[in-house]
Amino acid sequence: MSDLANQFLFLPERASTFAERVDFLHYFVVGTTMVMSAGVGLAALFMFFRYRRREAHQHTEYVVPDLKTEFLFVSVPLVFFLAWFAIGFRDFTWFTTPPKDSMDVYVMGKQWMWKFSYPEGPNGVNVLHVPANRPVRLLITSRDVIHSFYVPSFRIKMDALPGRYTQAWFEATKPGTYQVLCTEYCGLSHSKMLAEVVVLAPEDYENWLQEQQRGRLQDRQDALADTSLVPPVARMAEQGQKLVGTQGCLKCHSVDGSKHIGPTFLGMYEREEKLDDGQTIRVDEAYITQSMMDPGAHIVAGYQNVMPTYQGKLQGPESAAIVEYIKTLRTANVRETASEGPAYDPIQ
Amino acid sequence: MTPSSSIAAPGAVPGHEAHDDHGHHPSYLTDGTTVKSWLLTVDHKRIGIMYLAWILLFFLVGGIFALLIRIELLTPGPTIMDAMTYNRVFTLHGVVMIFLFMIPAIPSVFGNFLLPLMLGAKDVAFPRLNLLSLYVYLAGAGFALWGMLNGGLDTGWTFYTPYSAHTTTTVAPVLFGAFIIGFSSILTGMNFIVTTHTMRAPGITWFKMPLMVWALYATSCIQVLATPVIGLLLLLVTAENLFSLGMFDVARGGDPVLFQHLFWFYSHPAVYIMVLPAFGVMSEVVSTFSRKNIFGYRAVAYSSVGIAFVGFFAWGHHMFVSGQSTFNAGVFGVLSMLVGVFTAIKVFNWVGTVYKGAVEFSTPFAYFCGFLFFTVFGGMTGIAVATVSLDVAWHDTYFVVAHFHFIMVGATIMAFLAALHYWFPKMFGKMYHEGWGLVSAALIILGFNATFIPQFLVGNAGMPRRYYEYPERFQALNVASTAGASLLAFGFIIIAIYLTYALIYGERVDNPWHSKGYEWLTHSPPPTHNFIGPQPTYPEEPHFYVDPKKAQGEVSDV
Ligand code: HEM
Ligand SMILES: [Cu+2]
Repeated sequence: MSDLANQFLFLPERASTFAERVDFLHYFVVGTTMVMSAGVGLAALFMFFRYRRREAHQHTEYVVPDLKTEFLFVSVPLVFFLAWFAIGFRDFTWFTTPPKDSMDVYVMGKQWMWKFSYPEGPNGVNVLHVPANRPVRLLITSRDVIHSFYVPSFRIKMDALPGRYTQAWFEATKPGTYQVLCTEYCGLSHSKMLAEVVVLAPEDYENWLQEQQRGRLQDRQDALADTSLVPPVARMAEQGQKLVGTQGCLKCHSVDGSKHIGPTFLGMYEREEKLDDGQTIRVDEAYITQSMMDPGAHIVAGYQNVMPTYQGKLQGPESAAIVEYIKTLRTANVRETASEGPAYDPIQ
Repeated sequence: MTPSSSIAAPGAVPGHEAHDDHGHHPSYLTDGTTVKSWLLTVDHKRIGIMYLAWILLFFLVGGIFALLIRIELLTPGPTIMDAMTYNRVFTLHGVVMIFLFMIPAIPSVFGNFLLPLMLGAKDVAFPRLNLLSLYVYLAGAGFALWGMLNGGLDTGWTFYTPYSAHTTTTVAPVLFGAFIIGFSSILTGMNFIVTTHTMRAPGITWFKMPLMVWALYATSCIQVLATPVIGLLLLLVTAENLFSLGMFDVARGGDPVLFQHLFWFYSHPAVYIMVLPAFGVMSEVVSTFSRKNIFGYRAVAYSSVGIAFVGFFAWGHHMFVSGQSTFNAGVFGVLSMLVGVFTAIKVFNWVGTVYKGAVEFSTPFAYFCGFLFFTVFGGMTGIAVATVSLDVAWHDTYFVVAHFHFIMVGATIMAFLAALHYWFPKMFGKMYHEGWGLVSAALIILGFNATFIPQFLVGNAGMPRRYYEYPERFQALNVASTAGASLLAFGFIIIAIYLTYALIYGERVDNPWHSKGYEWLTHSPPPTHNFIGPQPTYPEEPHFYVDPKKAQGEVSDV
């Protein structure tokens, strides 16, 4: 039944939990629109015929609506529109609140490609592997201009902004390959900024992950055997650890809890920080990124606005790596339990 | 040319329909025929006609670029141009259509021509300012077009930063051109507001103003309040582009999304700048051609003001997936629903107007039918995309392209063509061929649907907008859309032909519709100072077609 409706509406395959919600509302909205248009159209047609002009100078009666009619004109559409809104907003809240146990992937848009990096290891360009039936949270950013990450089959979309992380999440419902498109105009090859999401059955995903890691270990051993060069980092957090040293973060921030020119990284993630304007903010990926790119935006109370910006200095997924590193410096009192479903507060 | 010299015939009274004193009193068209007498005129009617000429030219330019877009999208890969050219072409199409055609079209052409006539005034409040606004508009248009042909920007008409601050194409002259055009918009708006407040003839109270005047008044308020915001914004972007200021650049502490807020703060209300005058035209048309008073006159008038007001608080619905907070999305979502309700009030009252009327199915009325469909369907799909979760899927796809073409282009074009046909006899005193009028109206309505209904579907299927190339699976619908566009173009060509013919050989007429709109109380075409003899009197409300013998008792009922 709904497959038929989807064919009629040219909707692509429905492959995420969000898609099911969107499609349900879509039918309701399209249905009301059709009925309303048809109603107005037929009423008009009927009257055009019924009240056609019979003589050139015909006079007409003076007809005005009573209050009841005008009330109906206002209330009927209002009730329908508010119903659409209520359902749509409920689903939107669901979409903007990833479950706590979701798996993180960093997504970076760049003219004209999509880069994906996983906290546990592999990076990739233009192909994102994810397991089916598991919530995946995307932390999306851009290197240059605004892009927008769009997967029609999942019905999800989120802008990629330079210097910020935005987030989106989905739970793919069936294995397969789904197209990713860029929907914010980003220059010459905007229409070629395509990628794909490969959804694998959970076992296949584990195999794929191990495959990736084996490949990297192999690389590392080869490298050790051949040259004794520094081995390529296998995990983003490790890479982040190096970066905070080489980028000079540690000149001002400590990782052992001691206060320096800037706040310590230890236990910073998920902490409520008091700002110098009296507000509080919760340290999450977006805040950490903003602090790197636009340090003056929110100053933690008791510190000076002295940090330089790293916009343009941190390449590729480097900022993501630093975020991952800071995440590992959590103190014991941070809650680590998995959630039962969507939770309506910032998530870990 | 002194105002007092034209007193001759007895005052026009409502209900009179025939004149035969054309010979004695030159119409505004024949009063001075030198080029200078046109270029330096302060007559609102001549200014309106000059706007008409320019606006039709820009519509042609925008239309040619629309066809180039459609031809390019005939095949999934490159068809007739390269990617860079395509990006410039759709930008040019958008900029020309929005800033040079749609925003000024109805207010500057028909508003200028009709507002004083509908208020029983001899001219607008500031005639010289009115002429100035025409030249300011042309200067802005010149700048923008020059910039687009020399270098050509590729940002789309939305100029989003940081792309517009980084692109190597020529952004500055085009933005500056749009900035200048903004001044023209503000001048016209101010002029209309003051005219409506101070120049109404005795007898025309606020609730006896024709609905077209209400619509123009509400539009002018938006123009005056919102246009300065985009003006400043365009200057900021130009400066950012030329001097790398850092207003929108994160690396320098700027905000990439700030631009979008400011942009839509203007551009969302601008949508109503385009569509409210269209609503005004249609109120006149439906009343004249069903010979009926407007069903809920006050509801229609108030809803224009309501739309103008709420229109200022809905801009965030363009940014649901830009990382704005969930709370904001909720607020903007609800407020957008209210705009829909105000539009629904109008639609119901227009249909109600036909009730117990006497419908003549002429060309303007055919456009009213098309308009009704585009407004209902385009408006409802607008509410649909303002439904937050659905917009996550639809944002920046062809569904949105189809939606905004339905509502702003569909409704506005229908109204523009209805106005052109309805007031053609008023403006030129000539009549066109009704049969060709109906044929081309049918072609245009059909062609428009054939162009944009496939775009709704290809948007559902997931095709993003501003795509030069697209995956193969979208092709069938794109071909359908291009076919529709050629039908549409054909319709416009026919109109151009028979209207030009009518202009020269058309039969002389005065009030072919037997309309009781106030603007028909003078000759067609009107004399230079609008009325010959004493000002007409206005004992009845506009849109009043009641039998005079019965009128007395019935009106007092209400
Ligand atoms: C013959 C009729 C028309 C056709 C076939 C047509 C076609 C198109 C197409 C295919 C696009 C999408 C470009 C893209 O996203 O890549 C577009 C965009 C647009 N059109 Fe039209 N159009 C027509 C008339 C108009 C008119 C009369 C207006 C007046 C306002 C208009 C305003 C716009 C705007 C504002 C855009 C968005 C531009 C942008 O994305 O930068 N169109 N049109
Ligand atoms: Cu992009």
